[in-house]
Amino acid sequence: MALRKIEDLHLLDREYDLAIIGAGPAGMAAAAQAAAAGARTILLDENPAPGGQIYRSIERNSPARRAFLGKDYWKGKGVLKAFLQCDAAYLPQALVWSVEQGETDGKVSVELRVSAGGKSSIVHARRVVFATGAMERPMPVRGWTLPGVMTIGAAQIALKSSGLVPDGRVVLAGSGPLLYLFADQLLQAGGNLVALLDTTPRSNWAKALPFLPPFLVSPYLLKGLALLAKVRRSVPVFNDIKAIEIIGQDRATAIRFQAKGRTEEIDIDSAFLHQGVVPNNSLANATGCLLAWNDRQKCFQPELDTRGRSSLPAIYVAGDGGGIGGALVAEVGGRIAALAACLDLFPEKARRIGPLLAKHEKRRRVLSRGRTFIDTLYQPAATFRAPTDLETIACRCEEVTVGAIRDAAARNVVGPNQLKTMLRCGMGPCQGRMCTATITEILADVQQRSPADIGTYRLRTPIKPVPLREFASLPLTPDAVQAVTGDHSDRS
Amino acid sequence: MFRRIDKAADTVAITFDGIPMRVDIELTVAAALLSQGISTLRTSVVGDRPRAPYCLMGVCFECLVTIDGVQNRQACMTVVRDGMAISSQSGARSLDEGC
Repeated sequence: MALRKIEDLHLLDREYDLAIIGAGPAGMAAAAQAAAAGARTILLDENPAPGGQIYRSIERNSPARRAFLGKDYWKGKGVLKAFLQCDAAYLPQALVWSVEQGETDGKVSVELRVSAGGKSSIVHARRVVFATGAMERPMPVRGWTLPGVMTIGAAQIALKSSGLVPDGRVVLAGSGPLLYLFADQLLQAGGNLVALLDTTPRSNWAKALPFLPPFLVSPYLLKGLALLAKVRRSVPVFNDIKAIEIIGQDRATAIRFQAKGRTEEIDIDSAFLHQGVVPNNSLANATGCLLAWNDRQKCFQPELDTRGRSSLPAIYVAGDGGGIGGALVAEVGGRIAALAACLDLFPEKARRIGPLLAKHEKRRRVLSRGRTFIDTLYQPAATFRAPTDLETIACRCEEVTVGAIRDAAARNVVGPNQLKTMLRCGMGPCQGRMCTATITEILADVQQRSPADIGTYRLRTPIKPVPLREFASLPLTPDAVQAVTGDHSDRS
Repeated sequence: MFRRIDKAADTVAITFDGIPMRVDIELTVAAALLSQGISTLRTSVVGDRPRAPYCLMGVCFECLVTIDGVQNRQACMTVVRDGMAISSQSGARSLDEGC
């Protein structure tokens, strides 16, 4: 058996048992598991090749060619192999821009609207797993919109998938495990890293200490410590950074920061920023899945039961898109969500699926040990989540400043959605992805309310811009015809 | 802004704002341009300020360019193809073409 790669939307089946969105560890594992359980499965992914972001270009890369990517990256070969050998359909370079849950005769199902190769089509499935992964939390500082500034995740993607190393003097700034991992990869690949600015607040160590014991048995402990020591031997590291500003006219030329009460400035050719990752929940949000605030990870995530089922019964969420846990937890989470969906579809297979579910749930508990320690230690400083520098741009698309948002917040704006209509923040092409976290945190800060109470933007489909001609060419539903013409007859 | 540390098996010919260049076959448009030392791909919609690819994973929409006449394409999500004509964008897209 082997994966069936679909090159054209016309070759899709009319209906699948399970559709999976995203080909990272959660999506690939979910597809393999569902296909093995006998479900007619399709995986749709926006990228040209499987791997997601964490295992980006895993199919093409080899330890011989790019050894510096490290052992944790090569672990992706296992789940990739299972995916490539499974009996599922795979549609790459496909954007799922809308998902709707429907109900016929008491049975729920979903309708996916998919854009691929300049055309849109509708895919029907009985259940769907969102494996949409994580994105980097925005790190709004003055000058972060200048060319020469990117996220650390972006620099790592360039290295993994294109063998691109930044030219000239590089500074990394921010907090989180990726900061040191990428520093090490960059040094090994021959990058000129001139400084690392660690914004992890010193006070986080005291807060994280009570959660240290479970982390002591985590496989990440020794690796993490070794990495820290290695990077610190090679590069000047500045700790407990409170403020950062990127300087330049048409591109970044220097980075200014405060360390130990002193202001320092370093000339740069590029700066890469990182404040951890948050669930990429645009699709879940736009589909109408309930979201909940995770106060430890400081982000909104879909409300899920222990097996990944969302508030909409046909929709499951697996991997980092449902809550940040890392690649290995995502992989197991994908298996659990796929099995839970199969159990729902094929109750007669309970005797086979039940023990498998129990096994993977146990494995996930083991892999999740130490997570609280990491989350607490690397909780981003308030100054980068809810910036106070009034000139800093919060919404990059519509160029809305922190000052404008703080001003509106002080005038008792009700929440993020009202702010949108007032200031246009979140109304540009990124549809709020790059500012929603900042907006929620600033409103919470100014109005002294909890982020859970403030909420987040209510998103609408399409979750990314789609050309009007693609909408127009979709088959019409009787409801759509009636909405426009008032005619009840079915003209589709 | 970036240099390549290894080479792909083949290259394709593309143009950026009319300038011809050969780039490695496996790259996205954003990666291909970055490998040629080109980072500013457009100017912003409100303040007309230079902008460059930021996230390289399809979420920030900073790398919007016009590809073969279609505006607002995500350079980081589009793989290069032989003969591709890419152009930078100035401010917001216009309504009369490519919608």
